[in-house]
Amino acid sequence: MASGAADKLPTAHKPHGLGRWLFATNHKDIGSLYLWFAFSMFLVGGVLALCIRAELFSPGLQFFQPELFNQLTTLHGLIMVFGAIMPAFTGLANWMLPLMIGAPDMAFARMNNWSFWLLPPAMSLLLLSFIVPGGAAAAGWTLYAPLSVQLGMGMDLTIFAIHILGVSSIMGAINIVVTIINLRAPGMRMMNMPMFAWASLITAYLIIAVMPVLAGAVTMVLTDRHFGTHFFNAAGGGDPILYQHVFWFFGHPEVYIMALPAFGIVSQVIPTFARKPLFGYSSMVYATSSIGVLSFMVWAHHMFVTGMPATAQLFFMYATMLIAVPTGVKVFNWIATMWQGSMSFETPMLFAIGFILLFTIGGLSGVTLSVAAVDVQLHGSYYVVAHFHYVLVAGALFSLFSAVYYWFPKMTGRMYVERLGQLHFWWSLLWFNVTFFPMHFLGLAGMPRRIPDYALQFTDFNRIASIGAFMFGLGQLIFLINILYSLRHGKTAPQQPWEGANTLEWRLPTPAPYHSFSQPPQLETAENGVVLSMRDGGQV
Amino acid sequence: MSCPRLCGSSAAWLILNSTAVHGQSAALNLQAPATSLARMEYDLHTMLLLVTGAIFLLVLAVMLYAIVRHRKSVGHEAKPFHENTTVEIIWTVLPLLILLAIAWPATRAVLNQKSTHGEDMTIRITGYQWKWRYDYLDDNFGFVSHLATPRAAMAATAVRPEHYLLEVDEPLVLPTGRKVRLLLTANDVIHSWWVPQLGIKQDAIPGFLRDAWFMVDKPGIYRGQCSELCGKDHGFMPIVVDARSPEDYARWRTARLQQLAASADDPSKVWSLAALRERGEKVYGQNCLPCHQASGKGIPGNFPALDGSPIVNGDKAAHIRIVFHGSQRNPAMQAWGKQLSDTEIAAVITYERNAWGNNTGQLVQPAEIRAVRGGSG
Ligand code: HEM
Ligand SMILES: [Cu+2]
Repeated sequence: MASGAADKLPTAHKPHGLGRWLFATNHKDIGSLYLWFAFSMFLVGGVLALCIRAELFSPGLQFFQPELFNQLTTLHGLIMVFGAIMPAFTGLANWMLPLMIGAPDMAFARMNNWSFWLLPPAMSLLLLSFIVPGGAAAAGWTLYAPLSVQLGMGMDLTIFAIHILGVSSIMGAINIVVTIINLRAPGMRMMNMPMFAWASLITAYLIIAVMPVLAGAVTMVLTDRHFGTHFFNAAGGGDPILYQHVFWFFGHPEVYIMALPAFGIVSQVIPTFARKPLFGYSSMVYATSSIGVLSFMVWAHHMFVTGMPATAQLFFMYATMLIAVPTGVKVFNWIATMWQGSMSFETPMLFAIGFILLFTIGGLSGVTLSVAAVDVQLHGSYYVVAHFHYVLVAGALFSLFSAVYYWFPKMTGRMYVERLGQLHFWWSLLWFNVTFFPMHFLGLAGMPRRIPDYALQFTDFNRIASIGAFMFGLGQLIFLINILYSLRHGKTAPQQPWEGANTLEWRLPTPAPYHSFSQPPQLETAENGVVLSMRDGGQV
Repeated sequence: MSCPRLCGSSAAWLILNSTAVHGQSAALNLQAPATSLARMEYDLHTMLLLVTGAIFLLVLAVMLYAIVRHRKSVGHEAKPFHENTTVEIIWTVLPLLILLAIAWPATRAVLNQKSTHGEDMTIRITGYQWKWRYDYLDDNFGFVSHLATPRAAMAATAVRPEHYLLEVDEPLVLPTGRKVRLLLTANDVIHSWWVPQLGIKQDAIPGFLRDAWFMVDKPGIYRGQCSELCGKDHGFMPIVVDARSPEDYARWRTARLQQLAASADDPSKVWSLAALRERGEKVYGQNCLPCHQASGKGIPGNFPALDGSPIVNGDKAAHIRIVFHGSQRNPAMQAWGKQLSDTEIAAVITYERNAWGNNTGQLVQPAEIRAVRGGSG
C-alpha cells in the first residue's frame, strides 16, 4: 500500500503533446511507444502472412509471382521477429521492470528514447525495400548466402535496417541489465527478484552477445555484394556454409530471446491466478540460465543437412536434446504451481495456460527435430514451420497477450472487457491450431517450406491452414477493439484487481503514477518478487 | 475427409489416407519408405511420436485434472507449498533417461546415414537455378532434368496434371538393389536434394562436394523437390527418381549411351538461320525462360528484357560474351559456357537475335562459340 507520505510529494511535471512522445524519457511512455509500435508491426507482419496464406489456398499461382512471394515470406519473418516480438518484450520490460523492482525509471532514460526511435526508421527501410527496383530481400529471414549476395538493392536496405535494429536492441538490453543490477530497491535480492526480471535479464545478455554476430554476418554479405570480398564464395576461397554457422550462432539464441521473456511472464501470471507461490523458484532461475547458456551450443542443429561429419551431428544432436531437460523442468514447475491451487481463469490465466499447452507441443516437436537422422526428413519442410509457430505464436505471442491483459489495469487504470478477452483467447486458441497443426502433416508428407505453389496432394491441408490463418487474423481485431474501447470506457480498475497478485507493482496506485518510486521503497521480499512488507516508496 | 483407408507399416503405426477432392491423398505421416534409410527414419520418427505424444498426454492430463478440481469456483483452497526436492529430482532425471533411450537408436541411425563407402555406382548431382544435372560418373554421361509441368498449368484456371509440379523431362534412372553414392554440389546458390521415400535430403553447396547414399528396394517412381530456398523458382525444382530392376536399368543405359552417340552435335556443322532459330527456341525454353520470360520482356527490376536489348541487337561478340561468361554485375546470369554445348549456345543466341521484336537477321555458328571457348582456355 502506498504510504501517506508519498501522496504529499509535489506533483512532478508530465510533458504533453507531441513532445511527450518524441522526447520521451519516461519508462512508461517509452514502454507504451514500444508496445503500440510492436502491435502495429504485428498487424503488418500478419497481413504479409495472410498474403502468403492466400496464395497457398490453392495450387497454382493466384495472386503473386514467385519473386514477390519470396519477398513476402522474408519480410513476414523479419518483421515478426524484429518488429513485433522483440520490441514488444522490450516495451513490456520498460513498462513493468521499474515497477516490479522498485526503481524510479530505467537506468539510462535518454538512451531509452534512442533505442525506441531507431525502430521506426529501420522498419521503414524494410517496408520501403518493397518498392525499390528488384523488390525486397527474398532469401528468407535467414538471408542465406550466396542467394542473398545475388539479390537487388532491397537486400542492401535490409542489411542497413538490421544494423539499426541491432543497435536499438543492444541499447535496450544494456538498459535492462543496468536497471536490474543497479536500481533494485533495498530489500530485493537477486534471488528474490520476480521471474520476469530474471528472464528479462538473461534475455538482455543474450541480445548483447548475439546481435553483433548478426551484424557481422550481414556485413560480410554486404562486402561480398559490393566490395569484392569472397567470404561466402568458394571460387574466391570462401565458404557458403560459413554464413550459416555465423547466422545460426546468432539465430539460435535469438529463438530464446523470443522465448525466455515469455517464461518470465507466465511465471508471474500462473502464481497469481493459482493463488499460490511459484513452484521451484530457484530451479526456475537455474533452468532459465542454463537454457540461455545451452542456446549457444546448439546452433548447428539448423544445419544437419549441410553435410556435417557424423561426430558434429552427434554433438549437436545431444546438446539440443539436453535443452529439453531444463525446459521440461520449467513446464513441470508451472503445472506444480497450478496443482492444489485455487485457480480462476481470467484472460491472462487463459493465455498463460494456452501458452504452456502449445509451447509443450512446440517443444516436443523440437525434440523430434533434434534427432539428426529424423531431421533429414523434416528440415526445410512445413513441419519446421509448424514447430516454430507453436513456439513463436503460441509461445511468444500468447505470453504477450497474457501480459498485456494482466498488466492492463495497472498501466491504464481501467479494466479490459473480460468477455472480449475470453473470446479473444478461445478464438485464437482454436484458429491457431487450425492454422498450424496441419502444417505438421504437410511437412511429414513432403511439402517444402517457402514455395509459392505446391503439388496437388498438399491441397487439403493448405486450405485448412489458410482458413485458419484468416480467422486467426480476424480474431486479433477483437483484441484491438477491446484495448481501444477499454482505454476510454473500461471500468475503473482497483489498485489490486487480481486477488492473488503480490509483487511490487500492485502496491502502487492504479493507474501507475507517472513517476513512481522517486524514493526507493524499503522492502522485505520473498521469492519471485513477492512483497512481504513495504515502507515509503514515494511516487507522484 | 472421405473414404479413409488404413495401411500398416513396419512399426505397426497407421497412416491415415484420405481420398480428397483432387483424387490425391492427404497423408498424416511420412511417405512410405522405399529404402532402408527411409525405413529407419520412419521407425525412429514413429518412436519419437509415441514418446512425445505420451509425454504430452501426461502433461495435459495432470493439467486438466488440476484445472477441473483445483478451481476457486469449486471452492478449492490453495495449498501454498512451493518446493519439493524429491519430485524436482525425479522430473529432472526421468527426462534425462528418456533422452538417453532416444539417443541410442538415434546415434546408430546417424552413423548409418553417414556410411557412404562400398558403393556400386556413383552419381554426381549439381543444383542449378532451377534445375538438376545428373552425371553418371561410371559411364561418363549426364543430362539436365527440368520441371515438365507447363507454365500454363500454374495459371489459376488451368487443369492440372496428376503429378503437377512433381514431373520432369528426364528423371534420374537408377537400378534397384544397388548402393548408389551421390556426390552433390551446386553451381550458383545452395539447393537441397530431397526425395522423402528414399530417405535422403542433402544440401548441394556451390564449390563443395557432399556425399550421401541409398539403395532402392523396389522399382518405382519416387518424387521429391528442392528443399532449400534457392531463388524465385525454388518451388519449381522437382526431382524424379525412376528406379528400375537391374536388367531394365542395363537396357536403359545401353539405349541411352547409343542415343547419345547418335545425337551428338557436330560442332563444325554449318547451320541455316531457321534451323538454328528453332533449336535455339528449345534451349531458351529450358534455360533462359524462367528469368527472361517467354515474352523476352524479363522481370523489371530483377531480370533485364532481351526484347529490344542493346546487347542482343548490338555487337555479336558482346552478346556471346555475356551468355558464355555470365554477368559480372548480376550473378543470377550464369556462365552458360560451362553448361551448354557450342551448338546450343550458338542456337540460343541466334534465337534471341531474331525473336520477339529483334530482327537482326544475324546468325551465330557453333564454330564461333568454339573459338571463344578455345580462346578462354
Ligand atoms: C499470426 C499468424 C501467423 C501466420 C498465419 C503465419 C504464417 C506463416 C507462413 C505461412 C510462413 C511461411 C512458411 C514458409 O513458406 O516457409 C511463415 C513464416 C515465418 N513466420 Fe509466421 N505466421 C504468423 C505469425 C508469426 C509470428 C507471431 C512470428 C513471430 C516471430 C512468425 C515468424 C515467422 C518466421 C520467422 C517465418 C520464417 C520466414 C522465412 O521463411 O524466412 N510468424 N509464417
Ligand atoms: Cu533449388
